[in-house]
Amino acid sequence: MSMRILRPGLLSTVQDSGRYGLQHLGVVPCGPMDPVALELANGLVGNFAGEAALEITLIGPEIAFEADTLVALCGATFDVKAAGRPLAADRPVFLPKGSVLSTGRALRGSRAYLAVAGGIATAPVLGSRSTYLPAKFGGLEGRAMRAGDVLPLVKNSPEIAFKRYQSFPSKKELPNGIRSVGWSTPALTLPEREPIVIHAMEGRHHAHFDAAARRAFFEATWKVSPDSNRMGFRLVGPVLARAEAVEILSEPACLGTVQVPANGLPIALMADHQTTGGYPKIAEIAAADVPRLAQLAPGGTVRFARCTLEQAGELRRVLRQRLDAALRSLAWTHGK
Amino acid sequence: MRARALPWIRDVVPALCGIAVHFDPWHPALPAPVLEYFRELIGESLKMASKFEDAGRMVEVPVCYDPVFAPDLDEVCSLTKLSAQNLQKLHTSAKHAVLMVGFSPGQPYIGGLDAKMSVPRRATPRTRMPMGAVAIANAQTAVYPYDTPGGWSIIGRTPLTVFDPAREPASLFAPGDRVQFVAISRAEFARLSGRLE
Repeated sequence: MSMRILRPGLLSTVQDSGRYGLQHLGVVPCGPMDPVALELANGLVGNFAGEAALEITLIGPEIAFEADTLVALCGATFDVKAAGRPLAADRPVFLPKGSVLSTGRALRGSRAYLAVAGGIATAPVLGSRSTYLPAKFGGLEGRAMRAGDVLPLVKNSPEIAFKRYQSFPSKKELPNGIRSVGWSTPALTLPEREPIVIHAMEGRHHAHFDAAARRAFFEATWKVSPDSNRMGFRLVGPVLARAEAVEILSEPACLGTVQVPANGLPIALMADHQTTGGYPKIAEIAAADVPRLAQLAPGGTVRFARCTLEQAGELRRVLRQRLDAALRSLAWTHGK
Repeated sequence: MRARALPWIRDVVPALCGIAVHFDPWHPALPAPVLEYFRELIGESLKMASKFEDAGRMVEVPVCYDPVFAPDLDEVCSLTKLSAQNLQKLHTSAKHAVLMVGFSPGQPYIGGLDAKMSVPRRATPRTRMPMGAVAIANAQTAVYPYDTPGGWSIIGRTPLTVFDPAREPASLFAPGDRVQFVAISRAEFARLSGRLE
């Protein structure tokens, strides 16, 4: 059982919940840029939250399904067609053998996850199917999709697809044998009006910066630079000067760390972030807000709102509750 | 800390300055308040930590210091007021050791750089450091396992595969290993890497 990539899109990679447990050997966690959208997509097709799916970016791929498959697309709003007709996302879709799913441009947000019932069955590397592009391992040969690629699915994916689709309430028949449902899950991470507001705590080296820089970080509107990627978002805005140039010994870096190299322009560390780094950290983005930042496209704008560790924890609990509420309605349909 | 196998701990990452304990913030078993729990956990673990033993292996690292592999050589020479020959001599004669592995898979932070050849990090990081780049900053040497961005000055390149997920062990370097850099020619580099440069 497999899906064939007819057109790869801009950057389509296999990602599961991430490669943890080896950061002390410098093995980057990878995983989804927007784990909330991945969890929703997996929930819709009855998978575990962190099952391997296809992360698609800004311009989506065109994919042919070589057997009956149950899929869901969550995250950024893409222009989506199945068998040539517009298709609604954020819901499970049963695609009969031979169907072609075509995604165009991202209309809102920048990344979405195409989950398949049973998951994408590429070989795990060091315990994960996540693609790590710079090191060229994980996913499919450690790289983004190309035209002609074939992604393996689990052997019994057509049976799983049929069984899971049967369990849904308010089923809806569409032309060409495609079936969906009359309901959807909410998008929880899409950017509202720009500049979006992202909560961040003062970083370990916040005091190393001069007064103007400390103020500017939380007051300026930052623009995501075009040379941003899965490793980090380079932010363009006022140059952040340090009070004095102190070299810092390499220390651990985290998802959401905002570090500032000597050129004074901050970099927010994202899913493929380095495990350690030696640039001063002006801020740490609240975990709950990293997925929303990940949905900004190059050129998108963001402002940082100062928060405390406790507030960041509260944001995380609120997001978890919203995600759980969206998933709870699905749980019974899959007999969980 | 790793040995406790706490289900909500994802990674324990020691570095030159500080240790990170990465946890799953949404794990149902996460204790509250988490910060106090970590203070205790780290305190206990530090008490239990045995003294560092010098049990590391000796890893010999061939490096081609030819200018073709060393784009920052001129800048390092002018900053340190050393000739290229002296720089190479200092780098191959010093006793180096792996202090930590981090930044990207298998990338060693190697201490022991001669103070005479110390240079600060570059003001603007390169968007691409070539695989095998041997680069210096402050008192350390790094060997880049992959094409990744980086802010250190490149003084040579090794033909060795630093990290291979299919090899056991995947990482050429481990914390505590002693390192000997050995100068090689471009011809030897080509032979050892099995590729023509």
